[in-house]
Amino acid sequence: MTTNLARRRFLGTSAAAAGSLVVGIHIPFARDAAAQGAKTQGAATPEINAWVVVQADDTVVIRIARSEMGQGSLTGLAQLVAEELECDWAKVKTEYPTPGENLARNRVWGNFSTGGSRGIRESQEYVRKGGATARLMLVQAAADEWKVPAGECVAANSVITHSPTGRTTTYGKVAAVAATLKAPTDVPLKDAKDWKLVGKRLARLDTADKVTGAQMYGSDLKLPGMLNAAIKDCPVFGGKVKSVETAAVLKRPGVKKVVRVGVSAVAVVADTWWRAKTALDALPIEWDYGPNAAVSSATFAAELKAGLDAKEAVVGNSVGDARAAIAAAPRKVEAVYSYPHQNHATMETMNATARYTPERCEVWTPTQNGEAALAAAAEASGLPLAKCEVYKQLLGGGFGRRGAVHDWVRQVVAIAKEMPGTPIKLIWSREEDMLHGRFHPVTQCKLTAGLDAEGNVAGFHMRISGQSILASVAPQNIKDGKDPVVFQGLNPPGPETSIGYTFPALLIDHAMRNPHVPPGFWRGVNLNQNTIYLECFIDEIAHATGQDPLAFRRKLMANHPKHLAVLNAAAERAGWGKPAPAGVYRGLAQTMGFGSYVAGCAEVSVSDQGALKIHRIVAATDPGYAVNPQQIEAQVEGSFVYGLSAALYGECTVKDGRIEQQNFDTYRVLRMHEMPAVETVIVASGGFWGGVGEPTIAVAAPAVLNAIFAATGKRIRDLPLKNQDLKKA
Amino acid sequence: MASLNVNGKVREFQADPDTPLLWVLREQLGLTGTKYGCGVAQCGACTVHIDGAAVRSCTMPVRAVANKRITTIEGLSADGSHPVQKAWVALDVPQCGYCQSGMIMAAAALLKAAPQPSDTQINESITNICRCGTYNRVRAAIKVAAQGGNAKSAGLAIQHIGESTS
Repeated sequence: MTTNLARRRFLGTSAAAAGSLVVGIHIPFARDAAAQGAKTQGAATPEINAWVVVQADDTVVIRIARSEMGQGSLTGLAQLVAEELECDWAKVKTEYPTPGENLARNRVWGNFSTGGSRGIRESQEYVRKGGATARLMLVQAAADEWKVPAGECVAANSVITHSPTGRTTTYGKVAAVAATLKAPTDVPLKDAKDWKLVGKRLARLDTADKVTGAQMYGSDLKLPGMLNAAIKDCPVFGGKVKSVETAAVLKRPGVKKVVRVGVSAVAVVADTWWRAKTALDALPIEWDYGPNAAVSSATFAAELKAGLDAKEAVVGNSVGDARAAIAAAPRKVEAVYSYPHQNHATMETMNATARYTPERCEVWTPTQNGEAALAAAAEASGLPLAKCEVYKQLLGGGFGRRGAVHDWVRQVVAIAKEMPGTPIKLIWSREEDMLHGRFHPVTQCKLTAGLDAEGNVAGFHMRISGQSILASVAPQNIKDGKDPVVFQGLNPPGPETSIGYTFPALLIDHAMRNPHVPPGFWRGVNLNQNTIYLECFIDEIAHATGQDPLAFRRKLMANHPKHLAVLNAAAERAGWGKPAPAGVYRGLAQTMGFGSYVAGCAEVSVSDQGALKIHRIVAATDPGYAVNPQQIEAQVEGSFVYGLSAALYGECTVKDGRIEQQNFDTYRVLRMHEMPAVETVIVASGGFWGGVGEPTIAVAAPAVLNAIFAATGKRIRDLPLKNQDLKKA
Repeated sequence: MASLNVNGKVREFQADPDTPLLWVLREQLGLTGTKYGCGVAQCGACTVHIDGAAVRSCTMPVRAVANKRITTIEGLSADGSHPVQKAWVALDVPQCGYCQSGMIMAAAALLKAAPQPSDTQINESITNICRCGTYNRVRAAIKVAAQGGNAKSAGLAIQHIGESTS
């Protein structure tokens, strides 16, 4: 059960209140490590350090800075702390520090951002040190009490034992004293071979309340005196409100106020959300649709198509002279692919609750980045950060929508500002959520391979044309016109997201084309379409040259042993090269992203009528260290649900400047009857920390598309599959 | 003042009779375990039992259920001990958990009607949407519940506190 730290009484919350305890943990971004020593004092339960609170009854409260949204990293991070703390796992609870606390304490908890599959891989070292430091302090407190050297004491399962005498005490008994000790600075971490909790198939810490209805999400929040708001933003991006006939709904029962939110949105505030929503539906709003009213998917598809052959493009990866090698090659293979806009479609729509007074602005919201939500609240309220606070609520899905842009937080604060002192809960309708997403970027890709007489690739060119997320979300990160995120999975060798093939000459470049539809980080981000483009085209070359797709890949992957190892693991488990069941065909894909190596082998059949059935997918993943294998399996299965939903149905089309799909009837997603069996092979090769929540999504579609080709001879280059006729050619 | 029979109790409330049952449960009666996902009976996050059958409450006007027995996730059991809930915990089914109240209510209704459901029956009855991707564990947990709670049969080998591996 995770609670907000600020919900409890929390003493000594500012750096100014710092006592003698200084925790020498290196925290990225901390401006002043010495100021990290803020600590609790007095009668309340003392924290040993920022990460660990030990209560007198031996309950251990582990602080979790990253958001939990289903991906399980709350449990994984607690495992990492508890591993080093040597505490009793049965007595572990978790707690979120608030973004305001983090700010006041010089970001002692580091980065709150929970995206890019970074939750564990980017914080594992400092949270483990937090656990280890607390353990050393608890042991020191016991040794001091016994007047023996700490080196003679060992800790396990929240019990400290003085080895020579066999005397014991518990963490709870020495916690108060331990909290007053100076934190050690040189804190060794355990060797992986000595882990007792990390690597185990432990049950999640947050399941019980999710099966009884007791778990609270942001949209379930109820504060005393709270009112509810529903909102409509101009359906055309870039449009404005022209006029609102407020009087038409003000006399409806329960309706309190109609609020203009910025230039483009209108909200109705009522006693209940249902009354607010129905009043909003009845409210006459006239829109000025603005400059994008005539834009459609077809118009920007044409702009992207032009980008495929544009002279100007930004290079992401280059080896030798690919254009010359292709021009000189006796044979050429070329193909153009495309990938549509998609909505995250979290099960819980965007929502937040805000209470504003001229002195303070508080926001309760499901967010993947509490600090970004805090910044949004400060900006929207006009108050300094120190006068704002965000209380993170559990997310009913995140998938990237609730991380970078907190548009709904700005809205609720703007509404609350109109009614000072009254808490306002804003919930988006599903229709609002579908129309105002931060959409998966739209791109096209032209791939060209020059082949020598033996069918080997002599030159390889991949031109991506289309949307940049950073140009919209974080333009300050565009350097020399280059959005580096565009090249996920296609980069030169490196620890984050590199291409798994070696070509004698290679060019991967991007012609940026930005339609007006706002893009966002969508689970898997650009790895999704990049892997489709690359892995399907590799399959095309293999078939064009009469080579087995696995054997062909292996030839190109000799310099990429980790990529190759997961591909081999997936192919072997799936039985590649051995007969599949009658009518079943296989397809392969591999990639690297978010620090991990992944591969998949899909088994599909296609009926004479063109009906696709995905029977089984074998997935291999190498995240370096596997913190909780049963949760990795859950993430791999979830990745296929997300990736196959996208492949089969995912498409937001634009007509008259607005998104056409407004609910799950027109924006279909994968359901139970379409879900294949998933077999996960975890190849934890050690020595690095990779992410788990996203990379596998990228192999879902290309593995299936390559299997469809094997089954039908049809090469699908445009998604989603619902638009394609799969009947055998 | 209208009333509803919810979770074995008669509860009084004030709302327009056209208000969907979902919003009366959530806003008038404080039963927030039943979730809003789509409002058009597509996703199933709002699934409750009406006279024992799984129904999507987001499109059910409250006036239509005045004389019915309504059960929400909060009333499925007093303490999370319904066999479906126990199977869900044993297999760590939920991810974000937002759709799971509806999944559990749909699964409980299915098992009442078909104590040993086939895969086809599961596919036809559990049409709820989950975006995190719990479908395979949902299926496995329904089978565990159908088989009397033997979680070992699912082969997930999850280590629970104070229990042997399940």
